[in-house]
Amino acid sequence: MSSIPLSWYLIVAAFLFCIGLYGVMARRNAVAILMSVELMLNAVNINLVAFWRYLNPEQQVGIVWAIFVLTVAAAEAAVGLALIISVYRNRDSVVAEELDTLKY
Amino acid sequence: MTPQQIIFLIIATVTLTSALIVVTDKNLFHAALAMMASFFGVAGMYVLLEAGFLAAAQLLVYIGAISILIIFAIMMTRRLMQSTESPFNSQSGSGLVAAVITFIGLFFVIIVAWPDADFPGAPEVSAEVLRGGVAQLGVALVSPNAYVVPFEVASVLLLAALVGSIFIAWPEKKE
Repeated sequence: MSSIPLSWYLIVAAFLFCIGLYGVMARRNAVAILMSVELMLNAVNINLVAFWRYLNPEQQVGIVWAIFVLTVAAAEAAVGLALIISVYRNRDSVVAEELDTLKY
Repeated sequence: MTPQQIIFLIIATVTLTSALIVVTDKNLFHAALAMMASFFGVAGMYVLLEAGFLAAAQLLVYIGAISILIIFAIMMTRRLMQSTESPFNSQSGSGLVAAVITFIGLFFVIIVAWPDADFPGAPEVSAEVLRGGVAQLGVALVSPNAYVVPFEVASVLLLAALVGSIFIAWPEKKE
């Protein structure tokens, strides 16, 4: 039924992952870094679901993995944003480079 | 080009373009909206992969919950977002190089390990298997022989994360 080669999904996922990687390394704002991490998690999920569909569609293991990634992403977003809000309240800044108290 | 391939290319273009906007846009609010578009594209990919439950979960969890959380965080820290300075830090050049090198490496690994000749399309699965998949998934998540322990651990993780984030974000009492 579906005539899309597996590699198409993998390449899109790899590209999305690398965009997220660039965002994590290059953005200054901590919220933007968190958004880039979410993009990377989505890329991994595309890979998991694509492999599930092409290699093992009778078992649910690929879907279960993707759901756990989703759960952990939700937990990570909640904790990360709480940390950012707390930091903003204390330091008046959400620029990752300026949060260097632990360095000195 | 089959219709599926054309749909896939459209979805992939939307996903990747909005992802690029997420990492480059100076206005964080626009970046968050582009991130929602990107999540929507990923949900479309799940539909193409016939993972309907996951597409719905993606819409609910990512677009419905995580994006809204992020938009709230952007609004609460908005005062700093108005600055006209660059959204990138000093290592953005080397970051770009690293990301491009990573992509080239992944690209060749994918081309070599999963050639199109071996995986030209998704294997045929009967409609009953796909439709029964959600029921099977529900049973697997609570079955002691399958995933009940990870399922419960994930619940505890979510609870701990939510309690922890409330504690972290709670305003400090001024003495």
